[in-house]
Amino acid sequence: MTEMTYAEAIRAALREEMQRDARVFLLGEDIGRYGGAFGVTFGLLDEFGDQRVIETPISESAIVGAAAGAAMAGMRPVAEIMFMDFILHGMEQLVNQAAKVRFMFGGKATVPMVIRMPGGSGTGAAAQHSQSLESLLAHIPGIKVVNPSSPYDAKGLLLSSIRDLNPVMFVEHKLLYKTRGEVPDNEYTIPLGVAEVKRKGKDITVVAGNIMVPRTLIVAERLAKEGIEVEVIDPRTLRPLDLDTIVNSVRKTGRLLVVHEAPLTGGWGGEVAASVASSPAFAYLDAPIRRLAGKDIPIPYNRNLERAAVPQEEDIDREIRMMAQNKY
Amino acid sequence: MEKITREETGYGIISGEERFLSKISQLELTDDELVEMYSTMCAIRRFEIEADKLYAMGKVHGTMHLSAGQEAVAVGTWRAVRRDDYFLNNHRGHGHFIARGSDINLMMAEFLGKETGYCRGRGGSMHIADVETNNLGANGVVGGGISLAVGVGLALKLRQDEHIVVVVFGDGAANQGILHESLNMSAIWKLPVLFICENNHYGMSMEVRRSVARLPIAQRADGYGIPWKYIDGNDVLAVLETMRIASEYVRSRQGPMFVEAETYRYFGHSKSDRNLYRTKDEIESWRQKDPIVRFRRELVVAKIMTEEQAEQIDQEAQAVIDETVRFAEASPEPEVSSVTDYVYA
Repeated sequence: MTEMTYAEAIRAALREEMQRDARVFLLGEDIGRYGGAFGVTFGLLDEFGDQRVIETPISESAIVGAAAGAAMAGMRPVAEIMFMDFILHGMEQLVNQAAKVRFMFGGKATVPMVIRMPGGSGTGAAAQHSQSLESLLAHIPGIKVVNPSSPYDAKGLLLSSIRDLNPVMFVEHKLLYKTRGEVPDNEYTIPLGVAEVKRKGKDITVVAGNIMVPRTLIVAERLAKEGIEVEVIDPRTLRPLDLDTIVNSVRKTGRLLVVHEAPLTGGWGGEVAASVASSPAFAYLDAPIRRLAGKDIPIPYNRNLERAAVPQEEDIDREIRMMAQNKY
Repeated sequence: MEKITREETGYGIISGEERFLSKISQLELTDDELVEMYSTMCAIRRFEIEADKLYAMGKVHGTMHLSAGQEAVAVGTWRAVRRDDYFLNNHRGHGHFIARGSDINLMMAEFLGKETGYCRGRGGSMHIADVETNNLGANGVVGGGISLAVGVGLALKLRQDEHIVVVVFGDGAANQGILHESLNMSAIWKLPVLFICENNHYGMSMEVRRSVARLPIAQRADGYGIPWKYIDGNDVLAVLETMRIASEYVRSRQGPMFVEAETYRYFGHSKSDRNLYRTKDEIESWRQKDPIVRFRRELVVAKIMTEEQAEQIDQEAQAVIDETVRFAEASPEPEVSSVTDYVYA
């Protein structure tokens, strides 16, 4: 095992897969000498050259379209969209083209591409550089959405994403890039569509994604000292969603809270809540299913307002206590 | 303001038989090849008329965009470009598929939504594709294939593949922003992309002079340092000649090229079109410049085929289309139980 950051784990996955498979190449804005806006691809240009690490003009629509076209023609592109917000430029190419090509062609085409993009707030980047659009992406049939919360998961999931034959949206979080964790030295992959129970507990199930996983784990440790045992589940991929792991947990705990940074309305928490409510776990519920999500507002600039816009540790703490005490 | 005019071909029936003969000799086309080109143009026209008829008979579930009148662009292009070159088509794409050598039975079956169709009935007219032959499909989005072509071109460049990629779009698509990004990206990377703008004068009902600030559309390529040509798209030999030059340039890895071929569609935009935006006189004036009539007359005058042979070839084309309809109608519908198949690999 080696301790590394989330960003280093992503870079390690890119490096390993580029060494293993000559079809894999990177494209994106400033991903060469600069190393990408968050330094994730730093050093890869020197290692692989400019035919494998391709710097693009600021043309997100064409980046997504070119990735899709290259994938259809047999390559394995991994595109970086500098901020998740800018994927919106490429939604035509992603949603109307990449996501549907296989189906429209009767299963006779594959589009093995990955788009990496950092989402999330907390850096003071305000409304156009801080969104969590993963729920919007997860709504689209034909694409997969990956949402890693740790260096270990990021590396294993990225390797699986690159090897996957479908368009995969790999949603990173800006605040996680510098977080550290143990990563095995040998090759490993994590299958898409398999959740992980990050912490076992018997009193309440909290399904959290991305940055909300470490926040929930900190709260869970604190609450354990007070006798509230929280089971924390990280779905790791939002589409496909591993409902079985969640349902099994809720049958045990009888309580479900979903925590995500994306805005509440139409957020993926609603999908989890509805799925559990219509599953056999419904009969085991001792409390209403609750969602704790980003407020239905654009992300503000001011530090205090920005914090207030999305769930923080104290919000998660308060919500779990309320549910554990049957106060809602 | 500088005046840019279409390249006059300087030959054809008006200029006399000799010039036509000298052109076909220069293009090194055999009589068989010329007759085959005429035959393919007839097949496209017959396919489109049949499609319209089938729709009128209520046999078509969805919509269609017919390319009757534009046959010379398709046939001239695919006589010049290799048939295994990569291809991205647009919604008005039947003609290019037929000219490229796609299986007309599978096209018609797809048009009728049958399991035997190119896309197992999931795509319909707007999404006919045949990935195995590097045909990456028609596209329902105006301009939808343009950036995909950049990606294919990038793939070809990265793996030093000698194929090129051809992307065909209309004058309407020329106003989509993605064309700007795609032209620039393919130019800075010198990608092997042949951009073909089929200017049929209308983006749905919007006449090109009202939608494009400066014509021809092709001159926009100057802004990206991409060489371009603006040609008579109803002259199949002019198209062939230009596409040879263009595809050779692109294949030699000097970068992309942009060709605009001026032509005209006879049918409406799609099934909802009542032709309220153009006059019968205008359509009739273009029928006087019909690419098939013109080529046929040239071939007959040049004694490459007789009127009787020309007529027989056209009838044979219809017989082939009749057979495709029989094939398609006899084909099974997709199983409803398979509705969720093919979303993911």
